[in-house]
Amino acid sequence: MDFDFSPEQRQLKDQARRFLGDHCDRSAVRAVLDGPQSHDAKLWQGLAAQGYLGAAIPEAYGGLGAGYLELCVIAEELGRAIAPVPFSSSIAIAAELLLRAGSEEQKRRYLPGLASGELIGTLALAERAGQVTPGSLNAKAARGLVTGTKQPVADGDIADFAVVAVRDEGDGTPTVSLHIVDLKASGVRRETVPSIDPTRSQARIDFSQAAGEPLGAAGAGWQILADVYDRAAVLIAFGQVGGADRALETACDYAQQRFAFGRPIGSLQAIKHMLADMYVSATLARSNAYYGAWALSTGASELPEAAASARVSATQAYQHCARNNIQVHGGMGFTWEFDCHLHYRRSNLLALTLGSLSRWEDLLVDRLCARRAAKSN
Amino acid sequence: MNFDDTPQEASFRAEVRAWIAANAPTELHAELELAGYGQPALRSGDVLAASKAWQKKKAQSGWACLHWPEDCGGRGASPIERVIWQQEEGAYGKLASIFLIGQGMIGPTLMAYAQEPHKRRYLPPLASGEEIWCQLFSEPVAGSDLAGLRTRAELVGDEWVINGQKIWTSGAHYSDYGMILTRTDPSVVKHDGLTMFFFDMKSPGVEVRPIKQVNGQSGFNEVFFTDLRVPDHQRLGAVGQGWRVSLTTLMNERMSIGAGMPTGFPDLLDFCCEFDTGDGLAIDDPAVRSRLATWAVRTSGLKYTAYRSISALSKGQIPGPENSIGKLVAGQTLQEIAMFALDLQGASGVLVDAAQPSAAARFQAMLLRSPATRIEGGTDEILRNIISERVLGLPADMRADRGLPFNEIPVRAR
Repeated sequence: MDFDFSPEQRQLKDQARRFLGDHCDRSAVRAVLDGPQSHDAKLWQGLAAQGYLGAAIPEAYGGLGAGYLELCVIAEELGRAIAPVPFSSSIAIAAELLLRAGSEEQKRRYLPGLASGELIGTLALAERAGQVTPGSLNAKAARGLVTGTKQPVADGDIADFAVVAVRDEGDGTPTVSLHIVDLKASGVRRETVPSIDPTRSQARIDFSQAAGEPLGAAGAGWQILADVYDRAAVLIAFGQVGGADRALETACDYAQQRFAFGRPIGSLQAIKHMLADMYVSATLARSNAYYGAWALSTGASELPEAAASARVSATQAYQHCARNNIQVHGGMGFTWEFDCHLHYRRSNLLALTLGSLSRWEDLLVDRLCARRAAKSN
Repeated sequence: MNFDDTPQEASFRAEVRAWIAANAPTELHAELELAGYGQPALRSGDVLAASKAWQKKKAQSGWACLHWPEDCGGRGASPIERVIWQQEEGAYGKLASIFLIGQGMIGPTLMAYAQEPHKRRYLPPLASGEEIWCQLFSEPVAGSDLAGLRTRAELVGDEWVINGQKIWTSGAHYSDYGMILTRTDPSVVKHDGLTMFFFDMKSPGVEVRPIKQVNGQSGFNEVFFTDLRVPDHQRLGAVGQGWRVSLTTLMNERMSIGAGMPTGFPDLLDFCCEFDTGDGLAIDDPAVRSRLATWAVRTSGLKYTAYRSISALSKGQIPGPENSIGKLVAGQTLQEIAMFALDLQGASGVLVDAAQPSAAARFQAMLLRSPATRIEGGTDEILRNIISERVLGLPADMRADRGLPFNEIPVRAR
């Protein structure tokens, strides 16, 4: 059994950590938090130049073709650094949508740009509060022209194109189709909308007879999204695991330095046990994420269950570690000056990035029941 | 990243599998698979006899304590081979539970500290299950604060005379030998005045009284000592070194990664898929599903955490500290799952009749056993201390008894 990353993959991880240490320090994250820009464009170009963005995109489409285990370790480091870049939207989701459902011509047109960072892609799905279902969508496409309003669209204000989910015309069970829309073309109006995590941007996009081209077969959109969400869930889980680890380390460091009652607060059991519980969450999440990475990288039939386990575990762990990191810091953790809120914001953003925790819990149980039924037959 | 055996591991596994298929007590398999929470009980016979028979058979073919050196009764197997054995032994491994303390904790201590003739005399029958050992550490006033123990050993001539009381001694009622931690010098700091011995449980001056537990079983005992005489050559380690001796096995524990602690999740999933609450199947209730998901990821997380450690063993490395979370997570989950299953059963959740239709009182047994899981072998609180101090590097607790001679440590509120 070799349920671990290889020495080369670990080396890549160390290298990515050093690169991010140099190019994505506290001031870089804060520049996006406090400034007008929606992402760190220079960092994004740097990540592309390192080959990180295209790690899992085949060479034929301008990537490195290294593989998903490589992309997982990069995702973990980006999560650890709270990197203010559109990795989830453009690489974990848009690139995967194209790889899963794009025509040869679409892959050749879009993937090299995503790998080189020259293009940013995103998914425009949600329209209103509540769970997204095929029936909840109002956006429509008629004769290749897309009309409707999407919000929030992650990185929608900086993306070059969006994969827009529309409800198909017709009676009966609603179905969904996907269309690629150039966000700089006519018929697209977009604005940045404020969110809980200003280090990542959210947009409202109005499409009014905007030109779109179909991605995948008509009516196949919901299944394509489900497949891609499983893949993205593993990648984003690594980001969450990276963030959880960093939040835990920050909390441990502070607990050693901060003195109260004449001793470090980290010698008090109330604090120690809180930190031990954070370690437990982070460890369970890492192990579940490894299983997801194995399933993603080998194309195993276990991917749906592995992805849901990774997603649920990582979401719980990052939220747990981020909120208790603030608690360990006491009042200082609630200041803008300390970085605790950056993890708190990011953990709660990522918890909603692919549909909420309760939805993934539901999917996980579906998949466990399916495995159980298959076994007893 | 893969789950495959190396070629050597695969051929070892094949050998193990073939031997087990040819030799295991297959007539007990179904019952052992179902054996639930608490001591395994066999309707078809005496579990102690069945355990000893299986262990002896393993020993005769060199499969007992296979990671031990050959001259101690093992086969000198590597840590990963031991894991493979445990995986293949599966439910039959439950028959080894009465030997766990002796073979897992006392054996390595004897190897490190016993005199040569004693090693030759005691280790092979310990490995083969012909002799069972128990460990006498905890006392009524010394649980988590084990080094605060009071059982006295005093040297009279070349014999030690032991007086006092131990408690929570698993298996004392069927053990042949015991390893005991005693206080030999109360006038020094508590950790420095301890000494370890072993002795024959049938010696005069040893009285074993079973403790009736919450679940009605009696796996633990109180053991009383009245002028028990132990020859000096049965001392393990130097006088005053008992604390260090007691820690011997802790250093090896990372190398022993078992099948993992049960959380009860597979039982609960089965139950929820089949149980009609009167308002449809439990599995279709969103509130049930949300709870199930949380316990599912804890269970899979523990499983894959163990796999990470096994991978390290497979490469000849020492596993990281990640497995220290096992009992902490499993104990809490077991208790939560038991309470949740009873809740779903409604009023009939109070019944413990194994003939009742809903899950054969499985969760009731789990409910009444799970408190012990959170206490035995290190309480949840001690485990959190260990994780925070040894893994996360946080400072040790403040101790009011630091630096005080044992006999000056306060023992009650003034």
